Parts: sequence; C-alpha cells; structure tokens
Amino acid sequence: MTTITYREAVRAALVDALQRDDRVFLVGEDVGRYGGTYAVSRGLLEQFGPERIRDAPLSESAFVGAGIGAAIGGMRPIVEIMSVNFSMLALDQIVNTAATLRHMSGGQVSVPLVIRMATGAGAQLAAQHSHSLEVWYAHVPGLRVVAPATLADARGMLWSALQDPDPVIVFEHVALYNDKGELPEGAGAVDLDRAAVRRPGRDVTLITYGGSLPKVLAAAQTLAERGVEAEVVDLRSLRPLDDATITASVRRTHRAVLVDEGWRSCSLAAEISARLMEQCLYDLEAPVARVCSEEVPIPYPRHLEQAALPQPERIVAAALATMGGR
Amino acid sequence: MAEFRMPSLGADMEAGTLVQWLVKPGDRVQRGQVIAVVETQKGAIDVESFEGGVVEALLVEPGTEVPVGTTLARLHDDGDARPVATPVVAAPAATSTPAPASTATARVSPRARKRASELGVDVHALVGTGPDGAITTDDVERAAGSKPSPADGMRQAIAAAMSRSKREIPHYYLWHAIDLEPALQWMEAGNERLPIAARLLPAVLLLRAVAVAVKQLPEFGSAWVDGRAVPPAGIHLGFAVSLRTGGLVNPAIHDCERGTLADLMERLRDVTARARAGGLRASEYADGVLTVTSLGELGTTGVLGVIHPPQTAIVGFGAITPRAWVVGDAVVPRRVVEVSLSADHRVTDGVRGAAFLRTIERALQHPEDL
Repeated sequence: MTTITYREAVRAALVDALQRDDRVFLVGEDVGRYGGTYAVSRGLLEQFGPERIRDAPLSESAFVGAGIGAAIGGMRPIVEIMSVNFSMLALDQIVNTAATLRHMSGGQVSVPLVIRMATGAGAQLAAQHSHSLEVWYAHVPGLRVVAPATLADARGMLWSALQDPDPVIVFEHVALYNDKGELPEGAGAVDLDRAAVRRPGRDVTLITYGGSLPKVLAAAQTLAERGVEAEVVDLRSLRPLDDATITASVRRTHRAVLVDEGWRSCSLAAEISARLMEQCLYDLEAPVARVCSEEVPIPYPRHLEQAALPQPERIVAAALATMGGR
Repeated sequence: MAEFRMPSLGADMEAGTLVQWLVKPGDRVQRGQVIAVVETQKGAIDVESFEGGVVEALLVEPGTEVPVGTTLARLHDDGDARPVATPVVAAPAATSTPAPASTATARVSPRARKRASELGVDVHALVGTGPDGAITTDDVERAAGSKPSPADGMRQAIAAAMSRSKREIPHYYLWHAIDLEPALQWMEAGNERLPIAARLLPAVLLLRAVAVAVKQLPEFGSAWVDGRAVPPAGIHLGFAVSLRTGGLVNPAIHDCERGTLADLMERLRDVTARARAGGLRASEYADGVLTVTSLGELGTTGVLGVIHPPQTAIVGFGAITPRAWVVGDAVVPRRVVEVSLSADHRVTDGVRGAAFLRTIERALQHPEDL
C-alpha cells in the first residue's frame, strides 16, 4: 500500500496509459508546460514530450474537435477540459459530433475519445468555474459518463475508458484532488458499469457520486452514532445508471436520500428519484428525499458557497426525516 | 385577530395530533368554547379557545401532528369586516387538495399498503409512526401481531412522568392517621335530607380539606421550574382517576377552595365521568397544582404517592376504616383514614409537611366550616 493523493492517482493512470499504448496522447489547456490547471499532468511533458502532451489554444471547440478527429483516425486521445463550465463551448462537438457519429454512420465510425473535466465547487472559484453540470452529459445517448470518487477509481477508470470504442467523459471533482488515501501496489483498471456500496447499512440508502461521497460518508457516520445504519451507494457511472445496485439497496432499506451537488431541478437526483418510483414504489416507506445544491449560481464568498452546497448536517436531517424524524 | 395554537397539555408534551374541528370558518366562537379535539399521549382532549371571535381560517387538517405552539386556526374580532378566507382544509368533495385526514385518507407508505393487503390488516384503524404520521410497514406488522407492540401512549406518558419524578425530585414522605368520625357524621346527617344523586361522598370532604391546607401553606401547590418554586395560580387540585382500560389521569378541579361542598361534589362527579369517557379539556390536564390520590376503595391502608412533575406534592388517602381509638381515657370505635404526603424536599421541609397534614386534620374536625 502506498499513501497518495487523488491527483497523484489520476497522474499515475495517465502515465500508465501513455506507457502502455502509443496511440494515447493528452491534449488541453495548460496540460504541458504549466503542468495542468490542477497540477495533474505536472512532469508529463518532460517524460513524454510535446507530441503526446499537447498544450491547446484557448478554444474548447477546436481542441475537442481535434480529439474527435484523432479518435476517428485511430488514435486514443485524452482531452482535458479545465472545467465543466468551459465545456459548454465544446457542447456542439461533444453532443452533435462525438455522441452521434456511430449512429449516423451506420456503425462505420467509432469515436474512442476520453474527455476529462474538473467539476464542482468548494474551492472558491466562483460561478463560472464551480458548477456541477454532469447531468447535461448524462442526458445524452452515445456518451458514457463516469465520476471517480475514490483513489482506486481515479487510478482505474481511465484505462477502462480508453478501451471503450465510444466517447467517455470522466468527471473529477475539484474538492477531491487533495484527498489522501492508500492505494494497493499494482492497482489497475476497474469496471465502468457498476455502482458500489461504500458502506453497508439497513435503515436508509444514501445515494451519491463524485465529490459528495466524503460528505455522505461523514453523514453516515453521524447517523450511526444516532443509531441509524445508512447504506452509502456511490454511483460511479452516471450514464448508464446501474439500476440493479441502486434498487437492490433501496429494496433492503425501503428509504432513499439522493445527494447531488447539481441543482435539484432536472438533476441526476431527479432521474434516480423517478427510477425508484418506477421500480421500487411498493418497497418504499417514505418519499424519496433529495439533498442538492441551492438553485443559485455558486457564490464566491466561502460561507455562501458552503451554504449553497449539500453538507453532512443536511444529509443527516434528510435521512432522519425519512425515518419519521427520530 | 387572534391565533388558536396547539396547547401544551403537560410538561412532556412536544406535539399533538388534531383529531377533529368542532367549528368551521365563519363560525362565531365564545371564549372557553371547545372548538377542537386533540389527540395526545393521554388520549383525546377537548380544547377550548382562549379568545372569542369569528373563525377566519382553519390552518391544520385533522389527522396532522404538529408541534406545541403551532397555529391551528385564526380568529378575528367580531368587528372586523374581513371576508372569511378560503379554508385550507378541503371540503369533502374537493379532490385537488388532500382531503381532511379522516381515517379513510390516512397516509400509508406504498410498502405498508402492500403488506397490509397481504396480512389482511385494515390500515384505517392504525396510527402511523412514519414521516408526517404515515403508516409504515412496522405499524402494519405490529397490528397484525407479527411484531411486538410498544407500550401504548398513555403508558409511555406515565412512564416518562414518573421516571422523571423519581429521577429528579427528592421525595420525603409523612403520614398521619385522622379521626374522620366527626366529619362523616356531619356529612351523613346532611345526606339524609338529600336525594341520592346529590349526596356528598367522603372524597369531597377530603378534597376540600386539602384545598384549605394548600390555601394556608401555598408552597405545597407550587411548581418547581428552572430551579425555583413558582407559586400556584389557583387552588386547582389534580384528582387521580383510574381508567377501566388501564392507566390513570389526574384532571384538575379548578378553585377547590371555592363554592359549596355540594358544588364541589358536582364538579368532582363531572370531571370523573368525563375523565373515564375521554372528554377532558386541555386546561383540566395542565392546570393541577397538587394531586390527591385515593386507593381506599380497595381497602388499602395508605398510599405513598409519586409526585407528578412539576408539582411539589401528592396527598394520598387510604381506606376509611373503623379502628379502636383512644379518646380521653376510653377506647372507642372511630372511622379513621391514613393521610400521606409525598413532597419535594427542594421546595419544602418535613416540619412544614407535618404542619400541612395537621392542617388537613384540623379542617376535618370542623366539617361545618368546609
């Protein structure tokens, strides 16, 4: 076991991919000489050279489009977009091109593209750098969307994403980069399909993903001290959703709280809530509860930013409410 | 403009369920009129309005549990030419808003509803423990007998109050044998001239004698609140009434030192009957300043009671029993009762307690003054 940060786990995944497959290259703003906005790719330019670690001009549409072209041409590009907020500039490339070409070409054209994006708030980067727009991509057929919330997934999801013949978007929450933990020597690829039970419990299921996982685990600990055994489910894959794992848990606990840093309206939490209604209604003891971000542009001041985001106390309160408020 | 709120019907009450409205928007209400029925751990209680006026809006639907202090209805003065607001409570015919939670529309979790149909349980007869009072699968399975039932609400309430009493109140106990012969002879002589329904019972003499003692030594009617004794607002004696279904209540009889004994007898009968029928009023639950309990009917010699918080004392009477009693140099048969006092040592000391019992004894020696 070695103790490393989430950032180092992502970097180890990049190094591994670049070493194992000559077709892999990294492109994005400041990924080369600057070492990445979140310092993920520091040192890679020196190690792999400018052919494979490519600084892009400030045009998300252009460099995502270049990645799509390279993927069609047989390469395995990893495109880094600094923030999901900025990916709006590349929506046309991602939604209208990358996600559609296999369908529109009758299966003749594959786009084996991986796009990594930072997402989420908590670092006081204000409203143009802090939103959680994962659900925009999770809406789109033709894309696979994953959110590594643990070191093992940060280390293991990239290689699996590169093996997918279709575009995969990997969301890395900015609040996770400095998280430290232990990773087994030789940790490698992980599946992209299944949600994971991060803590077993029998009273209520807390469902979350990405940067909210540590908050939900903290809330589950508080609940345990109050005699409520919460099960924590980490979605891992935002598209497709692993209905089997989610519903199996809720069928055991009969209660669900969805914790999603996205805004409540039309959120992933909304989608999962609907699926629970469709698939688990007769197993439910209480209305499905949601803990989401306040419906405001994420504020800059620290106290307002924290107030806008899901926090462990709100998660605990929502869980207790499903138990009849004990 | 006045607000009618969920009353606190006891120190341990945090919330209550509105069972029934007895008025509707537009109705004129007198001060003291019973306008709603509230379910508490102690049972269903009639609740009076402390204000007069016209009901402007009912804000809480029957079947809803709300915290103490929640506004249940708005009243406005007769003079206000305010139009009557649309009630929040849906009319029975309305379909778009939740209908009044008669049992027919109780909230039932989807899983509980399914389980109830499997077990053949009628969910409409159940009280829910889930969110917003919803009936859960546990409630259904308890009703079906497949899960043990917790003690019922009244047992829980008694358990909470008595445990708190024994935990917090340093009780001391005194007892005193009182010759009741003079009082009983006086009462029996008077009863001969009365129809049976109007005759006095010994309990009313004892109750009045305790009222006299509380009037002279009001510390025994005080309440221990936040580390100090608060004097009583009036001599409202709680009278412990056992219920045929088990458990007990101790409704307050207001101003026990006032009025004739016949009047007090009438009030005692009324309260006892209503307590057993489940028709007590909110003020009768909350206002007692000292409790009187009697187990004499079963022949018990004496009772050392547990104080009902936040009261200071409980007075117990045993059976009125003929005994050999020394009067002067002679042993004579006398009807005697053991009266006991359990009192809070934070508020009073034993010598005051002894004086309290002595005062009761003296009052009973002069029944014509009661």
